[in-house]
Order: sequence, then C-alpha cells, then structure tokens
Amino acid sequence: MMTKNGKTIPVLTVVLAIIAIWYASVVMMNAPFVYDQAERAKVEPPAFSELISKTMAQERPVLPAPHQVAEEIYKTTVLKKITSKRSLIYHSWITLSATMLGFIIGTALGIALAVGIVHNKAMDKSVMPWVITSQTIPILAIAPMIIVVLNAAGISGLLPKALISTYLSFFPVVVGMVKGLRAPDSAQLDLMHTYNASTSQTFWKLRWPSSMPYLFTSLKIAVAISLVGAIVGEMPTGAVAGLGARLLAGSYYGQTIQIWSALFMAAALAAVLVMLVGWAHNYVLKRMGEKPEGAIA
Amino acid sequence: MTLVLVALVFWIAMWWINQRLVAVDTGFNHSLARSINFAVPLIFGVTLLVVWELVVRGLQIPFVLLPPPSMIGARIASSLPILWADFQQTFLKAVLAGYILGCGSGFIVALLIDRSSFLQRGLLPLGNFVSALPIVGVAPIMVMWFGFDWHSKAAVVVIMTFFPMLVNTVQGLAAANHMERDLMNTYAASWWQTLTKLRLPAAAPFIFNALKINSTLALIGAIVAEFFGTPIVGMGFRISTEVGRMNVDMVWAEIAVAALAGSVFYGSVALAERAVTFWHPSIRASRN
Repeated sequence: MMTKNGKTIPVLTVVLAIIAIWYASVVMMNAPFVYDQAERAKVEPPAFSELISKTMAQERPVLPAPHQVAEEIYKTTVLKKITSKRSLIYHSWITLSATMLGFIIGTALGIALAVGIVHNKAMDKSVMPWVITSQTIPILAIAPMIIVVLNAAGISGLLPKALISTYLSFFPVVVGMVKGLRAPDSAQLDLMHTYNASTSQTFWKLRWPSSMPYLFTSLKIAVAISLVGAIVGEMPTGAVAGLGARLLAGSYYGQTIQIWSALFMAAALAAVLVMLVGWAHNYVLKRMGEKPEGAIA
Repeated sequence: MTLVLVALVFWIAMWWINQRLVAVDTGFNHSLARSINFAVPLIFGVTLLVVWELVVRGLQIPFVLLPPPSMIGARIASSLPILWADFQQTFLKAVLAGYILGCGSGFIVALLIDRSSFLQRGLLPLGNFVSALPIVGVAPIMVMWFGFDWHSKAAVVVIMTFFPMLVNTVQGLAAANHMERDLMNTYAASWWQTLTKLRLPAAAPFIFNALKINSTLALIGAIVAEFFGTPIVGMGFRISTEVGRMNVDMVWAEIAVAALAGSVFYGSVALAERAVTFWHPSIRASRN
C-alpha cells in the first residue's frame, strides 16, 4: 500500500520542493534591496553567504522566508494573549464565527430550496436557472456594499459578513441536495408507493437518507467557500478585526510577514473546517451502516 | 401600501401562470416544451424585478439602502462610457489574460506530470487542498509585487484558476478506461496518439468543468484584487469608491455589468462545451 499507491512520500517530496523553491526565490527577490542598501551605505556589496543571511532577516521583505512566517505565527498565536488585538487567534475567531454563522444559514437555506425544488415542478423550472445565474454574479464584488448598506441600516457586526458567506455557501448545497434528493431510483420510489407512503414519509425514510453523501460533499465545498466570503467581507470596509482586516492592514503598511502569516492562518482554518466536515461525513455514514469513503479498498 | 399589495397580487398571478405552464402536457411537441422551459424562468425573473420595484417604492425604502431597478437602469444608460472603461480594464485586460494564462498553465502542467505517477500522487492532494484555500488572500501580495495596474489582478486570477484546472485535467486524463487504452495499445498507438485521439477527448468534460468553475473565480479574483490598489478605473475600484460616496445606484449598475459579463462568460464556455463534448450523455439527453 505504502510503496505503490501511498501518498505520504510523494506529497512530502513536493512540499519539500516547494519550500526549497521558496527559499531560492527569497534570495532572488530580496537581493536587490540588500544591494541597494549596500550602495547607499557606500560599502562593498556583500559576499554571497552574507547576502543569503541578509535576505532572510529583513523586516519588510518582498518575499518573507518560511521560517520568518513560522516565527511570526508562533509569536502571534502562542506568545500573545488570546484577548490581545495582536493575537492571530483572536482575529481567526472573529472570522471563524462569521464563517460558521453564514455556513449554517447557507446550509439551511440551501436544503430548504432543494426540498422545494424537488417537490414542486414550478419551482424547479423557475428557481433553478436563477440559482445558477446567481453564482455567475461575482458576489464578492458586492460584499463591500452589502456591509456598508447594512451598516447604514443599523445592522453591523457578524451578520453582514455572514450574509456574504451565506450567499456563497447556499449554492453548492442546493445543487448537491437536488441531486441527492433525486438519487433514489424509480424502483425504490415505487416500493415506497407500494407501501402507500405519504410524501413526507418518502422524504424522511428514503430521500433524506440517500441524499447524505451528496450533502456532505457539498458541505465541504460550502464551508471552504464561506470562509472566503467572511475574509473578503472584512477587507474593503476597514474592519478592525478578522483575518481579512489583517491582510488589508498588512498591505497598507507593507508588513509582508503579517500578510503571509494571516494567509497561512486562513489556510490552516480552511483545512481544519474541511477536515471536520469530512469526519462528520464518515461518522454519519458509519451510523447509517455504510462503509466510509476509502474503506472499500 | 397599495403598491405592496399590487406586488403581492402580481406575484401570486405570475406564480399561478408558472404553475399552469409547467403542468402543460407537451407530448412530443418539442418546440413548445422548449419555449415553456424558456418562459418559466423568464417570468420568474421579471416577477422578481417588478416585485422589487413595487416593494421598494411602496414601503419607501431609502434609495441608499436599495434602489429600485428602474433607477439602476437609468443610471446604466446615463453612464455607459464609465462602465465600458471599467469593463475594459477589469474584464478584457485582467480577467481574460489571467484566465488564459492560468487555465493554460494548469493544463500544460497536468500534461507534463501525466507520465510520472509519483508527481501526480504528490501534486493531486496538494492541488485539492489549495483549491479549498482562500486564495483571494494573495491579492495584496500580488499588488505589491506587480504594481497597481491590471498585471497584478491577472496574477491573482492565474493563481486562482491554476489549481482547479490542474486537478480536473489530471482526473480527466485518467478517465479513459482500461479497455479503451488496451485497444489503443493494440493499435500500437504512441503516447501522443493515445493522448490526442482518446484521452484528451475523454478528459474534455472534466476540463470544461474546470473552465466553468474558473470563469466565475476569475471575475471574483480580479474584482477583489482591485480593492487593494488600482489605477482610477476598474469595476472593483468603482464599486469601493462609489460605496464610500453612497452612490448606491452606480454600484448596482456596476454589479449589473459584472453579472452580465459573468453570465455571458459562463454561457459561452458552456456553449463551447456543448459543441466539443456533444457525445457526452448529459448533453445528448437534453438535445431532443
């Protein structure tokens, strides 16, 4: 298993290669600044070994070295108090709470729409094309307006950001759930008919259980995309807290290390959220007596 | 209040018409079925616009909060040159350049790693992982590196579109089954022949899936990147400044343009898909 189809070694190799390329680019991209400084100080340009160490210890590098980012993350998560405005955990929490609120509303809305679409033909034909069109609209572009307008209306804080996440996350849920609720084949539906099952009985005993794999696959996409929504929702409005605000502040003051650390924190958050949904998926499937994904092989 | 009541009545009437339209038994009359399929969402859309207009005017919602569609339409008509300039800057330059570069390089890298199962196993999980990340976050870095003009936006678009393309192409290239590959082997087809005659056509649905996903991602990436600095033109720039000046109708006009551009972009990719993958069951079924 490990030798022929294992993923660990190839993935690690690629990751190591990326880090190596990263360090090489750090030297290349930060070198002009070092030469420039040497020229200004009217000293000889540094030798190669000195150049390397100098490119990796700048305060505002063009591209920070991986260990600088790691150090910054360590400093702002472990060493700072959680309540501190400089703690990345504090900012992550702000973003996470908006993400989760939006994700929950979006999922509920998506499921409700899907149930309607499956059970009502007029809704299927009229709503479905607009649900698809709605996603060709770059909602993230509207994000700043939604937030400003809702602020003007006296609604501020979590909800505006969460609404953007909602808009982004309801779509995969609708599409997945419509597919899932229609997944039972006609033989199964006929059997329910033979039992004289009502629509709601058919729904709870057949359609709903058979839609679970589709639901969780959609939820994985939805949770990742609602994080994007929350982060972007924090960017353009001068929000003071959250990962998006960190990104924006970093870009205003040229604090590249801060940008990169916020970026990695966001990546970690996304990974954890997707993993949690994956676990829930496996757990539910196990409770339903099905083999979890990947266990078949 | 009367306007709101009118809106409600209009809504119910249109809903009833739609219900009746859907219930029509078209039999084998395909053109009738097609026009019904076209009319039902259209009626729904028009209903939404009319109800929006009536409710906003009826409840006297402040225009700053939500302008009625007629006002947005007037604004679009009166500021076409600005909208066109923004569209040119954001869509024709940043989005298209980034989209072509990102999708192209994703496709080429997928072909390059096709022969190495080691690289595939290494890159695929990473690609899947990166696709779930909030990549728009690199926008400030790209603006710092490539400057304020459209090049930095194109760079964000390249990064956003690269990974979906890579992952989908690799999956698509693996889609041809063993039977078909064995047949090509029997013909003594070279790797290149197998690729162009069997595997690329088989991969087309996957590739188009990525192209469709990317068409929306590209527009989002370019607009969001403009929040981080831009010359004084562009859709993202216009949206963020007009919001600050509370010119909400201009913002909505810009959004309408973005929606139109996004829909046309997506639609043209979908049309190209129909033309290229005409053999695929999901398309055969819908062509009566």
